[in-house]
Parts: sequence; C-alpha cells; structure tokens
Amino acid sequence: MAVPSSSTPVLSLRGATKRFGGLVAVNNLDFDVMEHQVMGLIGPNGSGKSTTLNLISGALRPSAGSILLRGAPITHLRAHAIARRGVARTFQLVRVLPSMTVLENIRAGAVFGHRRRWGHEADAFATQMAEKVGLAGKLAMRVSQLTYIDTKRVELARALASEPRVLLLDEWLAGLNPTELGEGIALVRRLRDEGRTILLVEHVMDAIRSLCDACVVMAAGAKIAEGTPDEVLSDPEVIRAYLGEEDA
Amino acid sequence: MTGQELRALILSTLALAAAAALPALGSSYWLTMGVTIAMYTVLATSWALFSGPTHYISLATAAFFGVGTYTTAIGIELLPYWTLLPIAAALGAVMAALVGFATLRLSGVYFVIFTLGLAEFVRQIITWVQNLTGQKGLYVLTDLTEKHIYWQLLGLAALVYLAGWLIARSRLGFALRIIGDDEEVARHVGIDTALAKIVLFMVPGAVAAVAGAMLAPRYIYIEPSLAFTPMLSFQVVIMALLGGTGRLWGAVVGVIPFTLLWEAISASFPNQTTLLLGVAFLVIVYLLPRGFVGLLEDARRRLGGGGW
Ligand SMILES: Nc1ncnc2c1ncn2[C@@H]1O[C@H](COP(=O)(O)OP(=O)(O)O)[C@@H](O)[C@H]1O
Ligand SMILES: [Mg+2]
Repeated sequence: MAVPSSSTPVLSLRGATKRFGGLVAVNNLDFDVMEHQVMGLIGPNGSGKSTTLNLISGALRPSAGSILLRGAPITHLRAHAIARRGVARTFQLVRVLPSMTVLENIRAGAVFGHRRRWGHEADAFATQMAEKVGLAGKLAMRVSQLTYIDTKRVELARALASEPRVLLLDEWLAGLNPTELGEGIALVRRLRDEGRTILLVEHVMDAIRSLCDACVVMAAGAKIAEGTPDEVLSDPEVIRAYLGEEDA
Repeated sequence: MTGQELRALILSTLALAAAAALPALGSSYWLTMGVTIAMYTVLATSWALFSGPTHYISLATAAFFGVGTYTTAIGIELLPYWTLLPIAAALGAVMAALVGFATLRLSGVYFVIFTLGLAEFVRQIITWVQNLTGQKGLYVLTDLTEKHIYWQLLGLAALVYLAGWLIARSRLGFALRIIGDDEEVARHVGIDTALAKIVLFMVPGAVAAVAGAMLAPRYIYIEPSLAFTPMLSFQVVIMALLGGTGRLWGAVVGVIPFTLLWEAISASFPNQTTLLLGVAFLVIVYLLPRGFVGLLEDARRRLGGGGW
C-alpha cells in the first residue's frame, strides 16, 4: 500500500470506465483531487457526472480502471467499506430517512461512517453538524415536515457527520430558489474555508466560479477539459459541448 | 433507564408472572391454549424482529422449527435434554446464517421463495435418510409435562423480548431502522447491510429451532411432515402482521386473538381453518396494514393529541 504524503492526492481516478450494455457512461476518466481542494465536475446532462460519483462511492462498480483513496485502491470495495474509509456523499435526488427525525438522520452518518461515534458523543456531534448547516432548532422535526432546502441540509449534515476525507456533492445546489441558492453557496463556501476536500457536480455557473479551485469537464463520458473554472469555461470545446446540449 | 422503560419493565414482569401462574388454574384446556399461544408468541415476535425492519417475508420458520424438533428427537437418546436446547439454537442460527448468506443479497421475492423451499428441502432430506434407515419417525419419551413445556416457552419468550429490547438500543438496531428506510443510504453511511441482515436473521432462526426442540416432547412421535409443516410458517407470518411489526409487543397482540379464533373455528368447523388464514390475510392487507399496533397507536394519538 502506498504511503500517503502531502503530495498524494486524496482521490485519484485512473482510466475509470463504466459501461451499461453498449453505452459507455464513463470513458477512461483520469483526474486527481488534492487535499483541501474543491474540484468541480461539470458537463452537459447525461455526460456521466453522477455515474462517476457512483463509481467513487461504490454505488456502482467500475467496468475498468481504478480509483484510489490516498493512494490505496478502493475500486472493488463495496459502498459501506468505501464510506468507512472516508468517502461521504449526497445524492442528486435527495435521500433522507423518512421515518426518522432530523437528528437521527444526521446521527446515521456519525454512528457508521469514517469516524464512528455512539451514544451522547454521536448525538453531540450530530447536533454540531446540524448547527453547521443551519438546522439548529429543527433537530426533533420529522424530515417530512422540512422544506426542500432543509432536506438537502440534512443530507449534507449526514455526510459531514462521518468526518469524511472527501465529500461528494451531486448537484447539491440544484432546485433551490434564488434566496436559497445564495445561502447554499455560502454554506459550501464555509466548508471550503474549513479546508475540506470536496468533489462537486454542479450546473450553476456562479457556484462553480466562486467555489471551485479546479474543474473537470465531461462530455459523453470522457474528460474534455481540466483547469481553473475560468480556463475551462472559456475553452472552445467546452462551449461547444454545452451548446450541443442546448440544440438537442 | 428512563421512567418509561422502567414502567415497561415492571409491566412485562407482571405480565410474565401472571402468565406463569396459568397452570394453577388447573384447566388442561387453557394450559394447552397457553402452550400454543406461548409458542406462537415466541415464533411471531422473533420473526417480526427480523421482518419488521428489513421488510423481508421469511417463510423459513418451519425449517428452523423442524430442525429443532429433530435435534431433540435424535439427541434425546444421547444427551441430557437441557443440553439439546443450546444445540438447537446453534443449529438454527448457523442454518439462518447460511440461508442469509445465500439469499439476503437477492431481492425480497427470491428470499420468500427460497425460505419456503427450504423447509420442504430439509424435510425431503430427513425423509430420505429415514427411508435409508427404514424408519418412519422417532419417539421422544421424556417425563416433561405440558406444564413444563409451557414454562420453558415462557422463559424463551422473556429471552426474545430481552433480545429485542437490547437490539433496539444497539448499533445493529439503529442500522436496521436505516436499512428499513433506505438501503442505499444505509450502505453509503457505512453500514454493511448484508451482514446486518444475516446477523439479525440468526435470531428467529435460533429461536424457532429452540421452540421446536421444546415442543418435541409434546408430540411424542416425530415425523418429517409434522415437524416441517409449511402451515406453521404461514401462521407465524399472519399473526405477526396482524399484530403489527412496528413494536416489540406487536406480535403477541396478533397471536392471542388469532389463536383463540383458530381454536374456536377448528372446534366447530374443522375444515374452515384455511379460510380463516385467507380472511386474516385480507384484513391485514386492506384494513390493518400496520396491524393492531397501528390501530392502537392511531386511537391513542387521537385521544392523547399526539403525545408519543
Ligand atoms: N444505472 C444505469 N443504467 C443504465 N444507464 C445508465 C445508468 N445510470 C446512468 N446511465 C446512463 O449513463 C449516462 C450518464 O448518466 P449520468 O451519469 O446520470 O449523467 P449526468 O449526471 O452527467 O447527467 C446517461 O446516458 C444515462 O442514461
Ligand atoms: Mg447527474
């Protein structure tokens, strides 16, 4: 096993590929996410962004290639084992635990995740995460009573409660109204300022520009550009890929 | 321990003591009913421990029960009776672990069919072995009376409740609630969902095998068709769902009325018991999806204004 050093990426994809029958949803993808980096994964709809996150989190197994967490392969581990090694995520379609309270939802991350807690310690940490995402005072509520943005906050707090090495956010800002979007961006910015390592899939350009240190652009499963947000968003090929989507 | 837990503990101790006094009535009819009710309470409560949170319908009760029955039938010649109960528990648990390992990664439908086939499969093996040795059945001759069997089943019931209570307070219990809500989330927060389900499935496996081992002396003559009757599995499912799997005490609320009704019907219309199963099933599906527990909780919420 490789010895992680400060220059070892937290997360690396090497030739990561996912085929669904004849469709190559992710095609030979390479990129690294460094410690404390916020990396954006962008691209038109259907370009394979969610599938990439699914490969990393273990929701899907890669058809080829490898995925490394701090130099150690996690390619063929099951999702729970990957979570325990320090990968936490949110889902594009929000997934909260409907029979439980806000606190219990968040506690799920604290109890079983990367850094495991139990009893009062788990409750205290879950409460702390709830406050961090702006859910203070809503701990005892059922998730069915929450607004949409609050369910997203619950999911984020659940992921944070495991103290992940890397956080995967799949369109966490999608579907928010303009006011909520402002709050959402500010929240992710705070996480960034705490020095967290984040890989985020995003469509909102303002968010990408203001949050990401670097971006990988995907089209039809493959990486077509990589660089700072300004670099990639002015790349002719990237513009073509996005315009192609508008036409379709 | 909270006040509510203390109250529950006192109540259950009193209920257990009252139940233990049943033989003092001196009625052999009620003692027989007591054995039946205690047996189904044990089976349905442990069944619900697994099926409540996972939503997997297990029809393996008869398989575990039959293995327990045969543990006593075969073992009684070789070992003291009391040592056979832990052996049956271990056999049931191992068998459940194997079944779980083979099937719990599959979807629920496969699980139902596999567990139903399991009882038949074990029954065929035993029949085959018996044919080789030229036996039809086995005699279990002990000096255990109905009263002793009843008290043993009550003790087992107390253990099942204790196990249920401990599981609910454990990481495993929390993991199972998460699995019941959303298995994808469960995996992604770090829960080994397959392992959690296998471990939990070992509980009804062990319990049903011990119940079978305890009941064997009552049957005296053990045959595969008696020990592995699929009807047992179906009755356990119906009773547990009728009571409601959402609470530990749910199963017994289904077991008591169902057993009494079953007895009444089989006394006067012996051919209509299957009909009762069917009607009970329809009632569950259309009127009581959460069982009597759901009914009681709704009533209580309406009266008490939601103070849970
Ligand atoms: N489980 C699946 N089975 C079959 N095809 C899938 C599956 N998941 C995604 N796809 C296909 O893979 C492609 C990429 O999808 P996805 O990763 O969700 O795109 P994005 O998140 O970039 O919008 C799409 O064509 C989609 O239809
Ligand atoms: Mg997507």
